[in-house]
Amino acid sequence: MAKVLEIRWHGRGGQGAKTAALMLAEVVAEMGKYVQGFPEYGPERMGAPILAFNRISDEKIHIHSNVVNPEIVIVLDATLLGKAKITQGVGEDGIYIINTTKTPSEVRELLGLDDGKLFTVDANQISLETIGRVIPNTPLMGAFVKATNLLPFDEFFDKVRGQLSKKFKSKPEVIEGNLEAIKRAYQEVKSE
Amino acid sequence: MNNRVALTGNEAVAQAMKQINPDVVAAYPITPQTEIVQFFSNFVNNGQVDTEFVAVESEHSAMSAAVGAASAGARTMTATSSQGLALMFEVVYIASAMRLPIVFPVANRALSGPINIHCDHSDAMGLTNSGVIQLFSENAQEAYDNMIQAVRIAEHPDVLLPVMVNLDGFITSHALDILEVLDDETVKNFVGIYNPEEFLLDVKNPISMGNLDMYDFYFEHRRQQVAAMEAAKKVIEDVGKEFEKVSGRPYGLIETYKLDDADMAVVLLNSAAGSAKGVVDELRAKGMKVGVLKPRAFRPFPFEEISTALKGVKAVAVLDRAETFSTLGGPMFADVRAALYDLKNDIKVINYVYGLGGRDLRLEDVEQVFNELDEIVKSGKTDKVVNYLGLRE
Repeated sequence: MAKVLEIRWHGRGGQGAKTAALMLAEVVAEMGKYVQGFPEYGPERMGAPILAFNRISDEKIHIHSNVVNPEIVIVLDATLLGKAKITQGVGEDGIYIINTTKTPSEVRELLGLDDGKLFTVDANQISLETIGRVIPNTPLMGAFVKATNLLPFDEFFDKVRGQLSKKFKSKPEVIEGNLEAIKRAYQEVKSE
Repeated sequence: MNNRVALTGNEAVAQAMKQINPDVVAAYPITPQTEIVQFFSNFVNNGQVDTEFVAVESEHSAMSAAVGAASAGARTMTATSSQGLALMFEVVYIASAMRLPIVFPVANRALSGPINIHCDHSDAMGLTNSGVIQLFSENAQEAYDNMIQAVRIAEHPDVLLPVMVNLDGFITSHALDILEVLDDETVKNFVGIYNPEEFLLDVKNPISMGNLDMYDFYFEHRRQQVAAMEAAKKVIEDVGKEFEKVSGRPYGLIETYKLDDADMAVVLLNSAAGSAKGVVDELRAKGMKVGVLKPRAFRPFPFEEISTALKGVKAVAVLDRAETFSTLGGPMFADVRAALYDLKNDIKVINYVYGLGGRDLRLEDVEQVFNELDEIVKSGKTDKVVNYLGLRE
């Protein structure tokens, strides 16, 4: 079986974890890879912890089970640190991308992590400044590209522009704001 | 041809419906309806299809309206899921007895109670005796392809039965997946124009439909439904071959995966078959001779194809995502076991009920099944015939 990269998104209902997982999948699909993007549907309410998942592969993906051993974990809400099972099932090479004002080493302590690679970015502030309100999901995609180094940023950026242009035909200001957010998060994401 | 797109299962089915461009879609628009109908109603609203969309007040009414439209001579569809399908049951039997080629996708989800909205095959399995053809889909690609083929199967003069296209609720319906879509013209040509032989609006040849049918003819009409179901097997295969010519993707009554030299096999429907293929790849790398059999048609049940495909294996596990409460396992187990009975070659057949109410089928669960089959092959003994997978006991 070809190597399948698995991603788990932690967020709260209303923050766009599902949208981010689906949008990332659409963008990566356009870059010629096979992908899946799916949320875990629980009791749906604003603010409740939710999960969403991606699988990315160079070959067709057969499996349809939930992601239990992700290589990459993306956290949209810092208040989930220490509450949700952020590190569960993640191997020692796991990559964590966290939306927080804290530094990677502060988050490491909070999570009690001995291994893995930690990245942090203040996606709330970035989205507030670029989009005009707190929607951390799109900037986290920029942080994802930087932290994982799997996809060439320029191509990714172009495809995101294409996706956003399709989705927000009537609201061009939303497109530019989101693109700026992705670019800034790509530049501002902090590693240890 | 690069028509690769990223769509959810719901979007893929709605896309197929758009390209089929049916005359009438009657559907209940609220929970437990899936987004299929929401996406399709957008196509109607935007003038992208010529369909008459009938929003009704319940699924019972949806299938009733579909029966009316199909009787009138229209190419007709509806869509539903879980409790909605349960509410439709009564009228599905009528649609099949009236020999109406209504096509309807069903995102398979649990039946209440306890109240649950997640993936489960209980809804579809409730209709196995209703006279509808049931196709199952591993992923968004197959759901899309099955929808297009379903039209041709349903309307074939030897068949004339409703076709239900199943896809796993949430796992397939709400997940974004990669698939190849056909261009509009190809789909249009493939499904062709629907020319029913007899229909109510044919004013020059007036007929009546849905009549009272007592002990003098009811039995014969039921037998004819069975004959149509028998004929459907060849039609499903023929349409599958024709579809391969336009899509490059082969379809038959069953799909086998690495089964040719297998000692052990699992039999499962829908998305779980994909997960099992992944496990088979891993176990094959370790030297285990394992394979997967995925029935694409569950009604009609492909007895012969299944017994032929499994005749060389030593042990089989049938995985059911539904209960029968017979206390002898799930619905597919009974059928597969019956299919193998006449082989008289001592294949050990066991059953696992899994995934009820959306319980995740993990890869290690499937691996556990193969390991237990391995034990059975080595010892020649079956410990427990009916088992539960991923259950806390």
